[in-house]
Amino acid sequence: MKQRWSDYLILVLALTVLWQLAYQLAGPDAITPPLQTVERLGQLVRQEGFWEHARATGLAFACAAVLALVGGLVIGTAIGSSSAAREILSPILETLYSIPKIVLYPVILLIFGLGISAKIAFGAIHGFFPVALFAIGAIRNIRPVLLRTGRVLRLPRLSLARHILVPATLPEIVTGLRIGFSTTLLGTLIGELFASSQGLGFMLVRAMDNHNVPDIMALTLLLFLIATGANSVILAIEHRVHAHGR
Amino acid sequence: MRHPALWRLGITAAVVLALEGLCRSGVISAFTMIAPSQMVVALAGMILHADWFWADARYTFENVGAAIVLSAVPGFVLGLVIHALPRLRRVLNPVLLSYYSVPTFVFYPLLIVIFGINQLSLIVMGAMFGVVAMISSTLTAIDRIPTVYGKVARVLRMDRSATALRIVLPAATPHLFTGLKLAVAYSVIGVIAGEFILATAGLGRRLSLSFNEFDNATMYGLIVLIFIVVAVINSGLQRWEARIYRRWYRS
Repeated sequence: MKQRWSDYLILVLALTVLWQLAYQLAGPDAITPPLQTVERLGQLVRQEGFWEHARATGLAFACAAVLALVGGLVIGTAIGSSSAAREILSPILETLYSIPKIVLYPVILLIFGLGISAKIAFGAIHGFFPVALFAIGAIRNIRPVLLRTGRVLRLPRLSLARHILVPATLPEIVTGLRIGFSTTLLGTLIGELFASSQGLGFMLVRAMDNHNVPDIMALTLLLFLIATGANSVILAIEHRVHAHGR
Repeated sequence: MRHPALWRLGITAAVVLALEGLCRSGVISAFTMIAPSQMVVALAGMILHADWFWADARYTFENVGAAIVLSAVPGFVLGLVIHALPRLRRVLNPVLLSYYSVPTFVFYPLLIVIFGINQLSLIVMGAMFGVVAMISSTLTAIDRIPTVYGKVARVLRMDRSATALRIVLPAATPHLFTGLKLAVAYSVIGVIAGEFILATAGLGRRLSLSFNEFDNATMYGLIVLIFIVVAVINSGLQRWEARIYRRWYRS
């Protein structure tokens, strides 16, 4: 499906109109209108202390993402390369993936205490499982004929990896990395919603406690923009990788 | 590998036993984690004796059930509508692709402001989380229906609703089931997370209460309970799904 710029334009316009309509229905106690929200966001960004919160979130997210993506890739590839390990362990990973991680939040806090390490750990357990599962799936789905071709050509290990394994698994692995990236962000932000004194998630929870609707809306908009922006960039890379594979 | 399930059981048992040993010997302090056997005892005590247990459990399961219905049915209908309108689909495509990258829980405060702190907010939270998975699965499901089925419907002059019910629904069942499985998982996560963040009742709220009161027995009992419930639902759905796929692709 070829996406056109007009599609994005229509989408943004439609969302804005819906938002305005929701405001007309629900009133200023529940929702602030689009324009006012953007203005409030502009003020927030210039407010003292905002960038410290943003940096705290960014740092926690970066650490969590490195742990989740690298850990997921290493362990996913290790499990994926052995058919026995794959068969035994991937159902366990799938079950762990489907558990609502939020129930583990108290455990993480008890282990790591309040502060940045709990946020990082919480973000990382969100991102680890999808990355590992997609890596396992990518290896399982390599077409056997490719491996047989490699054997027929007597490729040494290194060129087998370079010319066959990496190109065959890359598309699915990139998809896993994108999903892992998003879920890590989700985990880090949820981590900040509770028991944190810094970060964008903390600002959101503070606004929620004060029933400060303009701030809730402005921060929600900001997080929405960050998440969709990052996702579109990775999605563009993913499309290129997938197209290259064909 | 001849008995993967046995191996899994063995690995799980080894992990649990190791935790038991670490907790009993004091390497992991009781303030951090209680021994797995104590968790099970706490859970049993809770189910048998705690006066809040059944009320909170019912609250949560009602919310989850309503959220599943409210994500599966509208998700299927919206999927049909979006599939029938290619232009709309192209406009909505970026939303469908990046929906799960948005931390949906950031909308929960907004839902509370709009609906109040009640079951409706929680149900909407769970349904919002699940509905897009159902829409996407419906779209994939219809995309994969062989075109000849549509031609048959046209030859038989079936109208839209008959085509949807008697051709699209049965032919799309395997993929729809995958969507339903996701909708169930997401509804559970959405409701429990919402209860954990802010609610007046429910297992998620009980979990956050017990955490705030340093009541580790109740907390770990509840965590074990949620683990078991999710694992049972999940493996049940997985088995059902495998059976549907087998039946569909045998012929």
